Amino acid sequence: MSAPRVVLVDDHGLFRSGVRAELGRQVDVVGEADDVQPAIALIAELLPDVVLLDVHLPGGGGQAVVKAIKADHPQVRFLALSASDAPEDVIAVIRAGARGYVTKTISTAELADAVRRVAAGDAVFSHRLAGFVLDAFAAAPSAADLKPSFDPELDQLTNREREVLRLIAQGYTYKEIASELFISVKTVESHVSSVLRKLQLSTRHQLTRWAAERRLT
Amino acid sequence: MMGYVEHPTRWNRGPARFRHREGNGGPLRRNPAERLGGGVASGVAAWKGFNVTTVRIAFVLLAVVTSGIAVAVYVLAWLLIPAAGAGPSIGAKARSDVQGIRLAAALASLLILVLLVAAALSDSWLINWVWPQVLSVAGLVLIWRNAPADEQATMRHLVQPLEAATGMTGGVASPHRRAVLRLTIAGLLLLGGVAWLFSVHGSIALLRPLGGVALVIAAIVLALGPWWLRIARELVLERQARIRAEERADIAARVHDSVLQTLALIQRRADDPAKVIQLARLQERELRSWLFEGRAPNELDADLTLAAGVRQIQQDVETRYGVPVEAVTVGDTELDDNLSALLAAAREATINAAKWSGADVISLFAEVEPAEVSLVVRDRGEGFDPEAVPADRKGLSESVHGRMTRRGGTATVSTAVGEGTKVTLKMPRTATPQTQGPSPAGRK
Repeated sequence: MSAPRVVLVDDHGLFRSGVRAELGRQVDVVGEADDVQPAIALIAELLPDVVLLDVHLPGGGGQAVVKAIKADHPQVRFLALSASDAPEDVIAVIRAGARGYVTKTISTAELADAVRRVAAGDAVFSHRLAGFVLDAFAAAPSAADLKPSFDPELDQLTNREREVLRLIAQGYTYKEIASELFISVKTVESHVSSVLRKLQLSTRHQLTRWAAERRLT
Repeated sequence: MMGYVEHPTRWNRGPARFRHREGNGGPLRRNPAERLGGGVASGVAAWKGFNVTTVRIAFVLLAVVTSGIAVAVYVLAWLLIPAAGAGPSIGAKARSDVQGIRLAAALASLLILVLLVAAALSDSWLINWVWPQVLSVAGLVLIWRNAPADEQATMRHLVQPLEAATGMTGGVASPHRRAVLRLTIAGLLLLGGVAWLFSVHGSIALLRPLGGVALVIAAIVLALGPWWLRIARELVLERQARIRAEERADIAARVHDSVLQTLALIQRRADDPAKVIQLARLQERELRSWLFEGRAPNELDADLTLAAGVRQIQQDVETRYGVPVEAVTVGDTELDDNLSALLAAAREATINAAKWSGADVISLFAEVEPAEVSLVVRDRGEGFDPEAVPADRKGLSESVHGRMTRRGGTATVSTAVGEGTKVTLKMPRTATPQTQGPSPAGRK
């Protein structure tokens, strides 16, 4: 498989050049942008495989970029990158359509791996994000969550998904999870993708509250 | 306690005399050290050598007799007489306070409206009463805005009973209740006024001049209303600006205490990469918890919860052993004895991993479930052969294991040479209140 084409969106020039230097050999960085509007124009023009997107951008936050691009170019995939560990930041970008979230302290090898995974259509959960999701889906859905018009499946994690998330939160790689649970890596990936779908579509109160705190409902 | 600050013993000797010594001979100064209000009475007392209480009683009598003019005089004195030991008078400062003068003028003009109504009712008592109040209110506004902080505190203290009586204290009374209270008082006043009008003169003829007064008032409100509104709005803006300035100063202080200090440390330790990384990591964690979780650096958790305990372990191990710890907590709960034991065991396990495994990161995962709390400490280090454990390590493992089993929990260690170590601790929950999510009884 050829190296995925990547666009970097971050308002810190220093950080962009750092990531570009580190990732350069493993992925193909085709462009950089430092704010929402330039990013939307650049991504629409280059149509990269993956956009590495900072959650905090001066002109409206990362989710503004995801929303603008998703409408016209659903094939472009987003991996959120953030120095913040605040759930409302992370959940807002994921619900806007990003396929994963990693912190900026991630190692280069892991970041390159995450980019490849997102390019291949999988979801990428950092241990932190796994913790948020377990938190959000921890309690039984409250009465307010169970509106009849919604699919109740979306509001519950299966036991298997819960186990997978727990191991991610403990720092396990997908491969380690697969051997721990005696399943294939492919199955782990499908569990994670299914959790991502629930994360994006569920109407659970905790998720909508987190998202609403970043003006995204 | 009464008494001159400089001669406390002298004052306490014998029954109080009206004039127990000569005046201090110096210029008249307010005496904030002994004030009830502005310290004018005690200042006068010290100046002429009177007993403070005598001066105060005389003042109150005077205020009643002169129907309030003495109050205005008092306020003027407060404004114009400098406080002992302080610089210029409040009045001198107030002269440059354009905002304050405008506010005073606005309030005074409002009161003059009341005066007009009183004139229409041709009630001379009310007129006499209102004039000094106009002066007093205007003066108090200027004092409030220009007095030093400690005098402001005294004023606030004096006003407190009033606020409590009208339910104005913010937060305690809901806005709704306050509105009801205000309307009730307004209604009572209106009823009283109308009843008064009809009872005293028994004739509606008296109301005729009132029509003219109403027109005059309307004219004044029309002319001055926008000005009043603008002054009120400017006051709000001024207050917001002050709050912003205070916030900025607070942030600057925080950044100085944490980030700048760490940067200085990093510059000095530039030759020691391990130490630099450790410092940067500590600082990062501190900033993050302040920016995103609203906790001040070094702030102690008053009521320690499980999540706070896990954070504590993470910080301590990172600081002492220089190994990064990735901590994730799902749910949270109050600590009881069992959970404290769980945390202590987890701390041992984490320190053990930091000391022996050689891993470059340790994962700490805590999850609060309805029936139990589990804590997993995991590293990708070298692991060990459980059969061939050195004595000192076995001791640690025992202390982890012992702590858990004594309280009805379990500790499982899974490890192999070259495959890292995973310590799983589980503690059943007693019926403790959960801080998050529905009650345990509702599930399961």
